[in-house]
Amino acid sequence: MSTTTDTDSVREDGQIESVSGPVVTATGLEARMNDVVYVGTEGLMGEVIEIEGDITTIQVYEETSGVAPGEPVENTGAPLSVDLGPGLLDTIYDGVQRPLDELEELMGSAFLDRGVDAPGIDLDRTWEFTPTVEEGDAVEPGDVLGTVPETESIEHKVLVPPRSEGGEVVAANSGSFDVEETVVELDSGEEISMRQEWPVRRQRPAEEKRTPREPLVSGQRIQDGLFPLAKGGTAAIPGPFGSGKTVTQQQLAKWADADIVVYIGCGERGNEMTEVIEDFPDLEDPKTGKPLMARTCLIANTSNMPVAARESCIYTGITIAEYYRDMGYDVALMADSTSRWAEAMREISSRLEEMPGEEGYPAYLAARLAEFYERAGKFETINGDEGSISAIGAVSPPGGDFSEPVTQNTLRIVKTFWALDSDLAERRHFPAINWNESYSLYRSQLDDWFVENVDEDWPEVRQWAIDTLDEEDELQEIVQLVGRDALPADQQLTLEVARYLREAFLQQNALHDVDTFCPPEKAFRILEGIQTFNDEAFEALDAGVPIDEITDIDAVNRLNRIGTTPDDEADEFVSEIEDDVAAELQELY
Amino acid sequence: MKEYQTITEVSGPLVFAEVDEPIGYDEIVEIETPSGETKRGQVLESESGVVAIQVFEGTEGINREASVRFLGETMKMPVTEDLLGRVLDGSGRPIDGGPDIVPDERRDIVGEAINPYSREYPEEFIQTGVSAIDGMNTLVRGQKLPIFSSSGQPHSDLALQIARQASVPEDASDEDEEDSEFAVIFGAMGITQEEANEFMQDFERTGALERSVVFMNLADDPAVERTVTPRMALTTAEYLAFDKDYHVLVILTDMTNYCEALREIGAAREEVPGRRGYPGYMYTDLAQLYERAGRIEGEEGSVTQIPILTMPSDDITHPIPDLTGYITEGQIIVDPDLNSQGVEPPINVLPSLSRLMDDGIGEGLTREDHGDVSDQLYAAYAEGEDLRDLVNIVGREALSERDNRFLDFADRFEEEFVQQGFTTDREIEETLDVGWDLLSTLPRDELNRIDEELIEEHYEDEAAEELSAD
Ligand SMILES: Nc1ncnc2c1ncn2[C@@H]1O[C@H](COP(=O)(O)OP(=O)(O)OP(=O)(O)O)[C@@H](O)[C@H]1O
Ligand SMILES: [Mg+2]
Repeated sequence: MSTTTDTDSVREDGQIESVSGPVVTATGLEARMNDVVYVGTEGLMGEVIEIEGDITTIQVYEETSGVAPGEPVENTGAPLSVDLGPGLLDTIYDGVQRPLDELEELMGSAFLDRGVDAPGIDLDRTWEFTPTVEEGDAVEPGDVLGTVPETESIEHKVLVPPRSEGGEVVAANSGSFDVEETVVELDSGEEISMRQEWPVRRQRPAEEKRTPREPLVSGQRIQDGLFPLAKGGTAAIPGPFGSGKTVTQQQLAKWADADIVVYIGCGERGNEMTEVIEDFPDLEDPKTGKPLMARTCLIANTSNMPVAARESCIYTGITIAEYYRDMGYDVALMADSTSRWAEAMREISSRLEEMPGEEGYPAYLAARLAEFYERAGKFETINGDEGSISAIGAVSPPGGDFSEPVTQNTLRIVKTFWALDSDLAERRHFPAINWNESYSLYRSQLDDWFVENVDEDWPEVRQWAIDTLDEEDELQEIVQLVGRDALPADQQLTLEVARYLREAFLQQNALHDVDTFCPPEKAFRILEGIQTFNDEAFEALDAGVPIDEITDIDAVNRLNRIGTTPDDEADEFVSEIEDDVAAELQELY
Repeated sequence: MKEYQTITEVSGPLVFAEVDEPIGYDEIVEIETPSGETKRGQVLESESGVVAIQVFEGTEGINREASVRFLGETMKMPVTEDLLGRVLDGSGRPIDGGPDIVPDERRDIVGEAINPYSREYPEEFIQTGVSAIDGMNTLVRGQKLPIFSSSGQPHSDLALQIARQASVPEDASDEDEEDSEFAVIFGAMGITQEEANEFMQDFERTGALERSVVFMNLADDPAVERTVTPRMALTTAEYLAFDKDYHVLVILTDMTNYCEALREIGAAREEVPGRRGYPGYMYTDLAQLYERAGRIEGEEGSVTQIPILTMPSDDITHPIPDLTGYITEGQIIVDPDLNSQGVEPPINVLPSLSRLMDDGIGEGLTREDHGDVSDQLYAAYAEGEDLRDLVNIVGREALSERDNRFLDFADRFEEEFVQQGFTTDREIEETLDVGWDLLSTLPRDELNRIDEELIEEHYEDEAAEELSAD
């Protein structure tokens, strides 16, 4: 947050009337909806969420213990906004964009005290600004004025603010500046600096939304192979506790081929954020070879941090994502977990004594979820460039039951559904994405890309895999009743092939150095290898070789080791298996 | 300090009173009944003119004549290293007849959230001496790992075993950390006198009391006090860990009673209830307890939590285990079937999970083969367990030889690996060796989750041959 860092004395624009947890009411306050206010003598940050007569209701982003009626409330007159500019990346914020490293320093403690504010971007740090415009150039909102090397991997583009009038450049300064110094001046007198503000609850403008046609390649076989997400697409990952939502999101944050990653820990564990902070600087972006942290912005409002800031962290995150989208980048945003966000809404709503909707959630739950996912997409930006936001939300349904309101309302909006399954997780089949329940509505519009960039047989081979898995699902029901050996030989063989699809292709160990990331080419080779086994094995079966002998061949077991084989050796490894399978089967004729 | 005789309403655990000065949210209140009894409470809602007070010790005896005093501060816990060895009630007052506690400091019990940036990721192995935990669901310092049980199960024996045996093996701990000592904080909420006696006797017998602080809220103590007990316990834990460098193990039992108390208060406040009548904010409330586990960068000490809860009707989707599981870093499941088979401790490793295990095990931490062995044991046990259903239908003869081996494996896994008794303390090496004994009963090429080299080193060829010979 910006506005002020000095909350020593709170101006008395109004007075506290009542306090109930994170909800405070005030009288005498002349505020507008969503204005940021400072509450009580300690100056706790809050936001106006309801105005009724002389009573203004405020949600407070910090603990309210000890706050009493009669204490002052100060109105900043500005809506809840984020600071935008270089320095957002490689940073960890709380839900209202206070940098957590700053807070540690200001508070002199590992514990979060209250009443301390810090600007979202460092006001003292200087950046090398190189203008891309010259004196006399005409510029419009969204146009690029210059660039700043923000991190090792990301070039930050300084844009004409969306709400600027535009005009003719009268001065473009190159050199080292802090974020508040003017870098470009327009004939209108407007002075543009690297720092901009944007109200978090308002979508940043774009020219138009386009149909996404490129996949967000995740390096996760089941996702890229069966249920791909588009760059600019939306996805939900619902699942009971311990089923792998966080690991899946972290895998995407690590390996997806996005330019920028915004990772929101919304009402989840502190240690999980620490893990990201500790791991990401040491991990390399497979595309650029640069540390992952250099493209990442983290927002952490853990489950024990104030619930109102949990409500706002989603907006803080998506606004930052939009800002990089406007620079023409492909942004991937993960929110873990949207259920905690919905619960924050529910808690605030119940303190306001609003009429509860389904399961106590406010009636506007569906609308809020839709608004959030609507801010994702592939866009033509206002300067004619293209940028995208892919939004991936974890959902934590109570009892793992998907019929609850947050899951249901999310499914109505998102186009990719990765359903996590406690049975699979309990069997340690990871990622525990249930292939029968999951879907991606982007599949066909992304086929062209895979055909062109990976293999022309991609769609056919994938379909074969899906059909085989479907068949297995049906056969399993019979097996449950009569045992496997009672099935005819060809069905037993199908089961065996499907087992390899599950173990060698669908399963992927996020914790293994090699297996954690699987390029689509390798994923395809694995499928091909299994398909080769399938074809040769059925041929052998037709030629009268007994099923037990076919499934007993040595080479086929090695399929399960392809995932952990280094990427540059995988192709040869699969070829070897294919040759050995053929040779071993030949001997059985 | 002003005294009011302005109570307007008493309802369940709540008291409403009129005031003519501003009263802080969460502030502590003392209410004196006409018979001279003093009860403590806390401000739940403060408006100019009226406050709602939640009374810890029950509202019986309170009427309009009772007087109300606002203490001008929020609830505090007096902390000092001298608390070690002491037994306190659920509100932190000594009940062991010992000397008065001279606090070093009085700390707010609500506790501030640890800045995620300041945390250190937990990855130091704690040896509990229990194979099903150490081998399969390893606990690390700073983790929160609950035990999900049900009524009538021996979860207390397991908790005591862990409290007694927990240690950090010599070679795994850093040289410069020798100074950090182990302390146990035991927070009881609504447990029976009998259970409490069991705990106390064990603590006294084994000398564990010396390095423990015990908080006792018993079944016949006021329910509302239960919402305070764990906060008192955790405040003490944080003090010992981050001011006095102790490695603190916090055992909270029974979280189900805590949640019932939350529900009771919610109902008295006429809140819109969430799932099955529990408050909608129960997730946040529980998180504010469980998240008080962890390690902090630059601090020697740590807080590790083992909350125990009994799952109502043994249902893991019930809101109490469900919300807990969503916050904690895994869960240890106590299984009534294993218990009735006499397995001690009756831990079912299949639904159990330690999410922080992977970073705490392996070469230099436990043993090189730990991860692979654990995966393979798990997979083989799961396969055997699956086959049990089938066997009930088609009989053992109808199964292949391979299937029969897995069935035998599952039985032996329960009898030899999980079963060890509540008094046996197994070193991690021993746990892993028992694992290899069992894995060696399976054909070598079935061990597809283990590195070839490790199989070469540890697999015992004779075991498998012996088995196929008979
Ligand atoms: N792809 C994977 N590879 C290996 N292990 C995995 C994978 N996915 C999940 N796991 C295992 O499952 C555990 C739980 O996963 P995770 O923490 O992501 O669950 P979650 O769905 O986020 O649960 P919660 O809702 O409680 O946050 C992990 O600690 C890890 O052991
Ligand atoms: Mg998670």
